[in-house]
Amino acid sequence: MTLDAFLLLAAALFSVGLYGALSQQSIVMLMMGLELMVNGIVVAGGAFWYYIAPGAADGQVLVLVAVTVMALEMAMGFAVVTALFRARDADLTDDAEDLRG
Amino acid sequence: MTPVWTVVALPVALGVLTLLAASGNAVLGAAASGAPAPLRHWDDPLRAAARALVQQRRRTFAADRLLSRVGVVTLPVAALLAAVVLPLGTRAVADWSVGVVWFNAMEVATWAAVWLTGWGPNSAYALVGGYRYLAQGLAYELPHMFALITVALGAGSLNVTRVADAQDGLWFGVWMPVAFAVYLVSALAMAFWGPLAHPVADDVASGAAVELDGPDRLVFAVGRYALLVVAAAAAVPFFLGGGAGPWLPAPVWTLVKTLVVLGALLWAGHRLPVLRMDRFLEFAWIVLIPASLLQMLVVALVVLD
Amino acid sequence: MQVAAFWALAVTAVASGVAVFRVDSMARATFALLASFLCVGGLLLLLDLHYLGALVVLMMIMEMLVMAVFMVMYMMNPAGLMPMTMIHNGRWALGISVAVFAALAAGIVLTPWPPRRGAPPDDPTYALGEAIMGPKMLVMMGIGLAILATMIGSVVLSTDRGRYDREDPR
Repeated sequence: MTLDAFLLLAAALFSVGLYGALSQQSIVMLMMGLELMVNGIVVAGGAFWYYIAPGAADGQVLVLVAVTVMALEMAMGFAVVTALFRARDADLTDDAEDLRG
Repeated sequence: MTPVWTVVALPVALGVLTLLAASGNAVLGAAASGAPAPLRHWDDPLRAAARALVQQRRRTFAADRLLSRVGVVTLPVAALLAAVVLPLGTRAVADWSVGVVWFNAMEVATWAAVWLTGWGPNSAYALVGGYRYLAQGLAYELPHMFALITVALGAGSLNVTRVADAQDGLWFGVWMPVAFAVYLVSALAMAFWGPLAHPVADDVASGAAVELDGPDRLVFAVGRYALLVVAAAAAVPFFLGGGAGPWLPAPVWTLVKTLVVLGALLWAGHRLPVLRMDRFLEFAWIVLIPASLLQMLVVALVVLD
Repeated sequence: MQVAAFWALAVTAVASGVAVFRVDSMARATFALLASFLCVGGLLLLLDLHYLGALVVLMMIMEMLVMAVFMVMYMMNPAGLMPMTMIHNGRWALGISVAVFAALAAGIVLTPWPPRRGAPPDDPTYALGEAIMGPKMLVMMGIGLAILATMIGSVVLSTDRGRYDREDPR
């Protein structure tokens, strides 16, 4: 157990999540990718706290924020999907392409 | 460190109490239906278990057997893992500093267990039951968490043993009656028992459990009774002073109090009608959440003083 | 013991993360994601972050179960009984994420990380509580506001009823 091992794990989780977020057509699957990316951040936050600065609580606060962000991201994401679906029966990112600004 | 005897004693105690709960429920059911000599029905659960083990298996079309197996097994495992932080008398198997949060996390695992059990067999009624449990979870979980937070606030610790010790003289159940009542409601909800048995209710042919057969059905039933036992046992350190009591040693008092709470829950299961989930959800959000928040405010003011 | 636990949890976390995008059944994808989160919760426990580990387990189980509801609602093929691919730019996505991983890994290995400052407190949970109720209070208040805004925003976005139309008139 070293800092490098934890950070490599975090990077792997982040990259797998990034692949999902970029490649999935379904908005629900896309959000799973985003969640995996934040999951990587949770690991990195915990590892930084333990191996670099366990005296201060900053790493722990970061993990707490990341976990909250996951929940909020999901709530907001599903609200948007629901609104999109009500408006035009769309649940694929490609169907919402005209929303690009 | 953890004494070795607790590691052996916990599963044994949980198993015996689970069997006792099932037997007691069979006797109560026989008495309620007016059968002669209801006490003779104490071994009904054992007969049902033996039957389940030799039963011919059924299969549903395109079932996801991996997921339903995971769901069924999660139920008793979650009950056992939730029980490791509860003190057996004075010592818990795992005397963790965040025992209350751990207990809550393990008991939430039943959400996954029941939904997976309902989803797996590819059957409409089973899925309806699984969804009902999720709705029930959303209804009971917030008041339940607030009740646990109130307890931790009153004790100034998340460690279950310290919570029990903090009730020296005055039980939390006495001066936090609202939190205690909310906890008892959520105890029924987490084991989907009695009035909150909507996920496995008769109107959907026993809901999430409809397609279970053989050993799966047995494990599911054992897990459900074990959850009821654990929910009752957790009320003892949280609200009833843990092992404190005159004359008798702490483990005996813990057992006696657990049996009283368990008996009350079983009795409620036979006396109260099953609630419709949407009604319970509305009640939980409009009544239970504000009530438990007010209770927490009162406790916070007392603790601050 | 700890090292073995670390590697077991780490490999399972990544493997189930990959499985999320490989399985056909959406139910399995959701629970693969949950398995990945549970492994991360276990890793936090290994780092002596008991409260955060238990919190991750608690929150992620609830979150994934809520996700399961929406996933069944919005996927054409939630049980994966009719395998179909739902991918766009697959090759680009794979290339980008491999490149990102390579860059991150190079950074991780090459950066001279500073030595450890201070020792873990006796009770990290207590330290976290002190921090968010003291010097880091602003973070907590920000989180609170964000949660409130999300609650209102998501209800406004997703409901199609007004304040006084009940679904079941009584």
